[in-house]
Amino acid sequence: MGLQDTIKNRLSNNELIKNSLMKSNLINNPLINKIEWTPLNIITAIILFVGFILTIARFFGGLGTVTNLDDNNPWGLWIGFDLLCGVALAAGGYVTSSACYIFGLKRYHSAVRPAILTAFLGYALVVFALNYDVGRPWRLPYPIFYSPGTSSLLFEVGLCVFLYLNVLFIEFTPAAFEWLGLKKIRNFVVGLTMLLTIFGVVLSTLHQSSLGALFLIAPSKLHPLWYSGYLPVYFFISSMFAGMSMVIFEGSLAHKYLHHKMDETHLSESDGVVLGFSKAASFVMMGYLGIKLIGLSIDNNWHHLFTSWGLWFLFELIGFVALPAFIYAVAAREKNVKLARVASILGVLGIILNRLNISLVAFNWQLPLDQRYFPSWMEIAISVFVVTIGIVAYRLITAYMPILYEHPDYKHGDDSNNKHGHQED
Amino acid sequence: MEHIFYTLQDFMVHTKGITYLIMGGLLVALPLFWLFLTGRDEKNKTF
Repeated sequence: MGLQDTIKNRLSNNELIKNSLMKSNLINNPLINKIEWTPLNIITAIILFVGFILTIARFFGGLGTVTNLDDNNPWGLWIGFDLLCGVALAAGGYVTSSACYIFGLKRYHSAVRPAILTAFLGYALVVFALNYDVGRPWRLPYPIFYSPGTSSLLFEVGLCVFLYLNVLFIEFTPAAFEWLGLKKIRNFVVGLTMLLTIFGVVLSTLHQSSLGALFLIAPSKLHPLWYSGYLPVYFFISSMFAGMSMVIFEGSLAHKYLHHKMDETHLSESDGVVLGFSKAASFVMMGYLGIKLIGLSIDNNWHHLFTSWGLWFLFELIGFVALPAFIYAVAAREKNVKLARVASILGVLGIILNRLNISLVAFNWQLPLDQRYFPSWMEIAISVFVVTIGIVAYRLITAYMPILYEHPDYKHGDDSNNKHGHQED
Repeated sequence: MEHIFYTLQDFMVHTKGITYLIMGGLLVALPLFWLFLTGRDEKNKTF
């Protein structure tokens, strides 16, 4: 078949897909729709504009122009929030895909694509935000290809994030290929699903824990209540329920604002995803609570609990781990989806609080108050800018590609592998 | 009040002793929590 025939076939394929989607009323062509200047869109536009100006200020004026970083606090909000929280909250990708493909829980299949997309955008934005902190973006590949510091934990984190971002990108591409009508290459990538999932879990285990291990080098700087030899374990275990909470939270937002994009399968499976993840998150959170107690005990840090730092520590642990774990448990028992969604908000906030406590609040805790770090409004604005880019990208991709619905041409075909068919557990 | 330890042996015996008690507690508490979590699930016959 000549090249012209191939192109003709692909174009007619695309036309067929488009027609079938239009008929099924699942998509409206967003290109045709004009941007509506709703209050939310105006706020988004303002954030993007301010972020763009601050980006210019940061890259032409240097770190000092936009940040409050200094020699005592070389890592600020961009590492604490954009990187540490971004990576933890993007854990939904490996958690959902391993639940579905490795553990064979096919009833969570409809949650895989949104979770992979969230994870992919999360990691892409982590790398994007990292450029603000380290500067000179053109040298970003240096640690991987030119001058690898193989004895450094940061090298391991960098390598894992680099590889995992590629894995997530490949895991995400079937949706793009379905949208473009590239059936053959889509089927080829779908055939790699199991391999990519296993690789993704291995990489996530490595770098989620290594992010915690980064702080092992600073026992004198991090408050004893947060410092522990088990920090890598804490980071890895907490990333699991962070990922699950994020999948529930993101799912509830998608339900509210993108309900019209969801097909019957997604709508019918969503409650099961929420309740199943609630149960799992609840149990993992309780286990996390247990190992936090063991960490306290093995370092004999009980006496710190009766200080103001101890109150803050207990606030984090009881308010944002024990409480959401209990709410998740009640939600799973009572089959109460709304309650699970409330718990997911607490879970997401809890993981943000934990990462910020370790990287900012309880870090350099012995320094006098005037030497402590507080982010400048420009640092906060850039973090908001980065999150907004993620939301806009998610909105845009879900508008075009089959993320929240199955493409009509691939219905009843399982992502894990068409050859094996759709297995119900 | 913070207890003063004069030897590493004292410290290890104290902290490990409490840690083992906590771990024993967790071994009892986590299965009970699991029973609470799955208490209203439909029972699947496995035989």
